[in-house]
Amino acid sequence: MVIDLDKCTGCGTCMVACMAENNVPFREDETDKRLSITWMKVYKLTNGKPYPDAEICYLPRPCQHCEGHHTGHSPCVSVCPATATDYDGETGIVSQIYTRCFGCRYCMGACPYHARYFNWWDPVWPGDMEKYLSPNVSPRMRGVVEKCSFCFHRYQLALEKAIMEGRDQLEEQEYQTSCTQACPAGAITFGDLNNPEHKVHQLAQPDPHHHGRPRNPEVFRLLERLHTNPKIYYLSTREWVRRAGDNYVKDESKSAHHE
Amino acid sequence: MDSALFPKGVQRCAMGKFLLGISLASAVLLWGVIGMLLCWIKGLNQTNMNDYYGFALWIWADLAVIALGGGAFFTGLLKYIFGIDELKNIINLAVLIGFICYSSALLILAIDVGQPLRSWFIFWHANVHSMLTEVAFCLSVYFAVLTIEYIPLILENRQLDKVPFIHNLTHNMHHIMAVFAATGAFLSFFHQGSLGGVPGVLFGRPFAFREHILVWPFSFFLFTWSAAAYGPCFTLFINWIIEKASGKQLVKENVKQLLAKISGWMIITYIIAKIVDTVYWATSTAPARGFTLMDFYSNNALYGIWILFAELVLCGVVPGLILISPKLRANQQARLIAIILGVIGVSLNRWVMVLQVMAVPVMPFDTWALYYPSWQEVATTILPVAYGVILVMISYRYLPIFPQEVELNPIEPLSTEAVAEIEGEKETADEASVPEGEPAPA
Repeated sequence: MVIDLDKCTGCGTCMVACMAENNVPFREDETDKRLSITWMKVYKLTNGKPYPDAEICYLPRPCQHCEGHHTGHSPCVSVCPATATDYDGETGIVSQIYTRCFGCRYCMGACPYHARYFNWWDPVWPGDMEKYLSPNVSPRMRGVVEKCSFCFHRYQLALEKAIMEGRDQLEEQEYQTSCTQACPAGAITFGDLNNPEHKVHQLAQPDPHHHGRPRNPEVFRLLERLHTNPKIYYLSTREWVRRAGDNYVKDESKSAHHE
Repeated sequence: MDSALFPKGVQRCAMGKFLLGISLASAVLLWGVIGMLLCWIKGLNQTNMNDYYGFALWIWADLAVIALGGGAFFTGLLKYIFGIDELKNIINLAVLIGFICYSSALLILAIDVGQPLRSWFIFWHANVHSMLTEVAFCLSVYFAVLTIEYIPLILENRQLDKVPFIHNLTHNMHHIMAVFAATGAFLSFFHQGSLGGVPGVLFGRPFAFREHILVWPFSFFLFTWSAAAYGPCFTLFINWIIEKASGKQLVKENVKQLLAKISGWMIITYIIAKIVDTVYWATSTAPARGFTLMDFYSNNALYGIWILFAELVLCGVVPGLILISPKLRANQQARLIAIILGVIGVSLNRWVMVLQVMAVPVMPFDTWALYYPSWQEVATTILPVAYGVILVMISYRYLPIFPQEVELNPIEPLSTEAVAEIEGEKETADEASVPEGEPAPA
């Protein structure tokens, strides 16, 4: 996935679409955001400068589907004691098996992106809202961890259709996440990073010899220096935005990014 | 009323006073049980944890009690593997404390997980790469070992010991205890270490992450080392509390000084290794990920550099120096201060390695996450303390925990009939050649 931060307006449509698509539960009082389940969360970044130089950037953050420094060594997958979260080498998607998760929350502690959420309450939908739930996504029970699945059910449906049609490859547009389709600014691009014909590959230009690090100088990944090897690439023409994607010791040059 | 159950040759407080103490501890226990039931019935929304603070007070309590209970395996190692025989006079207490600490840790874990009924998945669907899997396996097996070690102590109760089968069973269990002592030491090395590995492998958390030796982060070795170093401090501390509460000296001074000396040298060597680890982490590991040392200790209301100073110097170097000095450790006040500082030190280390890890922001645009526990969390954390107090009270009253107690606290001359009764019991015991109060290994 590539997210163009220069296009993102911070409208939050991706968050809403994600919640609706994936049967994400909510409560009446959602004022404490550290208790809210938001598979897709939009952060607000500022360049810290006063007017008239002040600039704002909105950064949508789904699960980063990290591969780690070797396949499957994602921060969360490597620590889950019950193999309730796994890295799929075929799709590159980090899965979450809700019925196997026993809620130890070690994966949440391991994830530097805070992309994992715990069901502190039983999921309850008011009134007739249960009728609007997606039949393709199982709601989660209290006491387990959940997170963005890259709309995996959409992948399964698309793959089934392709197989029925005698194909083993998906067309680029056949499998798109709900946030990608909902974004009114067209800031999110989704596809196969390994397929040179897909737009995400052309935008990010992942370097297979350096764990997928982007060759496009205007593209970066969050916390690249932690070697989590994520699959979300962010695009921005603004230097301060790209620098905000990682930590640097004071006065450290941008070259540290490529160490 | 229950004097027939007391160990031979000792005095205990009146039943009423004993029951009053038990009642007070039970009230606290009940408070904890209410908190526990609320968490089980209503879920973890009863806590103040959140998605930034997935690990909080309970995990700290777990790590802390396991470190403090480390006195059991280390004293067992010293007694049975290294043959330091004087420690037989305090090892029963170490085993009892270990049993309490480990059973408490398992209980807290059972409350802490979101789906307690699925806890067995950790064994059934085990991920061998996870440090928590190693913790679960070693912890469970070691708790079984501690239980096996505690059983002979229970069976040595004066009345139980009269049953020939039980008497012989105890006797035979003592003979094979060295095997369990060795097993306990082996298992403890791994689960204490893997608890250190829990934060140490988090490469997404630069505050916790440590460089590795093969598959083990430095924190793996430091946790084992610190549990061995500070665990005996806790054994000595509990011994001091029991002596104060009972008004008797229960362990001879030379035994206490010996354990204090060993603890002191372990603390000093540990703290040197810990300082080296900290310096390397602060100057190499963290900067490579874009963090300076002060990034972890500034811009928040609680975690200042004071906590690092308190852990390494005040509660590390200071107690270590006191305990390795023959003059200072012979001074009871100085020794007490040192062991209390030691207990605080290792607890502080576990706090930092769990709660501060959660608090430090990693994404540059994120903020510190501070947390305070709910009353349910506090109650369920104090629950094991109350349970421990009750178990210590019962064990002290009815079991020969302290082999030197009779010698150190001779009671008034007995009547002719009482002497005859004790003589008769002694003959029975001598026939089976199992001295009373024979220590159990850890």
